[in-house]
Amino acid sequence: MLRLEARPEPSRAMSMASPLIALAITVVIGTVLFLLLGKDPLRGLAVFFVEPLRGAYALTELAVKATPLLLVALGLAVCFRSNVWNIGAEGQFILGAIAASGVAMQATATTGGWFFVPVLLAGVVGGMAWAAIVALLRDRFNANEILVSLMLVYVAEQLLNYLVYGPWKDPQGYNFPQTITFLKATQVPRLFSGFRVNVGAVVALVAVAAFWVLLFRTYAGFQLQVGGLAPAAARYAGFSSRKALWTALLVSGGTAGLAGGLEVAGPLGQLTPHVPAGYGFAAIIVAFVGRLHPVGIVFSAILMSMFYIGGELAQSRLGLPKSLTGVFQGLLLFTLLGCDTLIAYRLRWGRRATTTAAPPALDDALLSPVVASSALPAREET
Amino acid sequence: MLRLELVDISKSYPAVKANDRVSLRVAPGQIHAVLGENGAGKSTLMKIIYGAVRPDAGEIRWNGERVEIGSPAEARALGISMVYQHFSLFDTLTAAENVWLGLDKSLALAEVVARIREVAGVYGLEVDPLRPVHTLSVGERQRVEIVRALMTAPKLLILDEPTSVLTPQAVQTLFVTLRKLAEEGCSILYISHKLDEIRALCHHCTVLRGGKVTGEVDPTQETNASLSRLMIGAEPPQLQHRASAPGDLVLGVRDLSLPKADPFGTALEGISFDVRAGEIVGIAGVSGNGQQELVAAISGEDRRAPRGSIQLFGRDVARASPRSRRRAGLHFVPEERLGRGAVPTLSLAQNTLLTRTHAVAAGGWLRTREIESLAASLIERFHVKAGGPGSAAKSLSGGNLQKFIVGREIDAEPKLLVVSQPTWGVDVGAAAQIRGELLALRDRGSAVLVVSEELDELFEICDRLLVMAGGRVSPSVPTAEATVERVGEWMSGLWSARAQAGHAEA
Repeated sequence: MLRLEARPEPSRAMSMASPLIALAITVVIGTVLFLLLGKDPLRGLAVFFVEPLRGAYALTELAVKATPLLLVALGLAVCFRSNVWNIGAEGQFILGAIAASGVAMQATATTGGWFFVPVLLAGVVGGMAWAAIVALLRDRFNANEILVSLMLVYVAEQLLNYLVYGPWKDPQGYNFPQTITFLKATQVPRLFSGFRVNVGAVVALVAVAAFWVLLFRTYAGFQLQVGGLAPAAARYAGFSSRKALWTALLVSGGTAGLAGGLEVAGPLGQLTPHVPAGYGFAAIIVAFVGRLHPVGIVFSAILMSMFYIGGELAQSRLGLPKSLTGVFQGLLLFTLLGCDTLIAYRLRWGRRATTTAAPPALDDALLSPVVASSALPAREET
Repeated sequence: MLRLELVDISKSYPAVKANDRVSLRVAPGQIHAVLGENGAGKSTLMKIIYGAVRPDAGEIRWNGERVEIGSPAEARALGISMVYQHFSLFDTLTAAENVWLGLDKSLALAEVVARIREVAGVYGLEVDPLRPVHTLSVGERQRVEIVRALMTAPKLLILDEPTSVLTPQAVQTLFVTLRKLAEEGCSILYISHKLDEIRALCHHCTVLRGGKVTGEVDPTQETNASLSRLMIGAEPPQLQHRASAPGDLVLGVRDLSLPKADPFGTALEGISFDVRAGEIVGIAGVSGNGQQELVAAISGEDRRAPRGSIQLFGRDVARASPRSRRRAGLHFVPEERLGRGAVPTLSLAQNTLLTRTHAVAAGGWLRTREIESLAASLIERFHVKAGGPGSAAKSLSGGNLQKFIVGREIDAEPKLLVVSQPTWGVDVGAAAQIRGELLALRDRGSAVLVVSEELDELFEICDRLLVMAGGRVSPSVPTAEATVERVGEWMSGLWSARAQAGHAEA
């Protein structure tokens, strides 16, 4: 029988290297996957890991995808470090897109080029408002934020559908479920002519620095993290857990909303049912692969957008389904969790399982009721 | 023939040699003390005997025959039982169900109940097998543990610090039971660092220091000083305890009642007492009698206390946050070091920020250099053995982390310092140092409130004593007039109505 045994001192170097090991294992499994699908694994891997980096256009497209991932993941990292489990960033992203669109549609022919600023601010507020529902329910009724935030994603999708199929539908849109194409004035300025990458990428990089400062150089960030690492210590110090809950949710809701606003006021230019592209969920993986560290998240966001672009390329060039993106994302998270587990624990062949003198769980039961409570059910089966 | 013989047992861990060629001989019917400081290797040795840890080298002989004890189950099959220091009972189950869990399933629960009554009767261990464990006092829980150990009629019973949670009277009752067991031929390994108990109870004593045997003596022929020399290589430093000069009222607790916050907690009932500047007030009592709840209400971690029930310098702080109490001069050292007094994964420097905020600049900016220099100065001033300000809190030994946390609060020059279990799991040298620091703080005019289970400690440093039992607090008594017997009686909640009336008048 295999069992996990806690290592006395998990290696620090290994836990830093864990994302790289996970990536390597993902590549190996990917190779096997391509072989099984009857494709040349070298071409397959090139599509995911080389093509997205080749040339200026590819690199800017990478930035277009990485920007929302980066923003959402930064906010989530603050949340997760505070022990607040917001997994509904997708919903906050959608609300940000809706709110930004609502403002963008107010633009007229005479509106100046500054109009993208209130559009994006509306996105931030929209995301915050959606996250505030989670905070309120958790704070007031102690409702589980994992469930509430996740369920609100589906509510947000329905709200989006209602708007684009109903009141906000473009009257000249041939009955397609989409809003009008926003006026030029609302567009987030592009960085280079001819490429889709816009000011949002710069905003995201500034956000990286801002979040690094928040987490590691401010007392507020310190308080948030203490609340996540050791709630009893936060209580002892007098750090408010309610404040941490609200801060974490509003910050992550705000960044997700900003990302949503940047999408509609940037590459998309209108609100459609296809706005939610799964960035909110993928960002959870981005945050963890980046070790919840702002700088680490930059790299993981780039990696994740390579998967997005690779998936599209695999569809057009190799004739493989686009859902390969999801497969790679899942593989990466799974192998990362596996690596982390094996860094903290080691596998042992259970010697005790062979002794017949007494039930194996008993010895643990004598040592600790906590261990025993988890071990006892297992004991019934032996 | 010896019941148990250990020959040259060695066990190394990556950082330390826990046991270095340790030999131990236990005769049938002998009460054999294993004396040593924290970290001397007592626990490792007991785990080796009980089969929970394998020795690197050496031999174990049981009744003269060489044995390999591969697991606690094998140890029990040989006739070895162990009572751990920290109980492992399920609160929601009855005593009998808890005992039943540890037995093989050949007995029905009803038979177990009968057997518990039988064993309990023979050894004078009062236990009601049908009561849920959460309704039992700590002493009763320990009896359940001992009964569980005795169910298998062991030939060797190992007791790990069994008296750390008992009132002095309960200790005497336990000793009666242990002597009776020994008379019947059961050998007892008694692990402790309490010298008086060992001299009163044990026939033989093996002293460990730094993983090695430093002496084998007959404790009845030794003095506390000579045992202490064997245990720590020196006599513990004597504390300078000058007479106190209590000044102004600092902390006033006024008729504090508080319903319990969790089902297995203790409700507080009508607690009133004072702590004045320049005195150390001690709260004695067996743990689980409301000390945790009281301390949480004073520190501000529990802010449900009724208005006016907790006053700092005459100002009501019952609903104030820990931070605003700290600004008013109240600092607190909790009993849990890791996870409450310090965040395990953060560095010592970062951990200063929990209670010390002078390095927080306007706008909440952290001045990292100041944070590090504060940590460095604490490490130096309080002789903390640590890699440096960057070391993670969890990398320190319990005693060193305790020195750091106590130091962090003392260094803030609080007007009132509340300390819970100041020397729990701390070695003798560090304990003496911490007590000395508390006395020095008092002499500088601060008020100090110490909550401790260690009566010796309270008698050593306190000016006045209170006793907590069942969520209530006894009248205070000057330490000079208190006796262990009287305090012990009070620990069972038996302070007379007369004394209470006298207190009310005062």
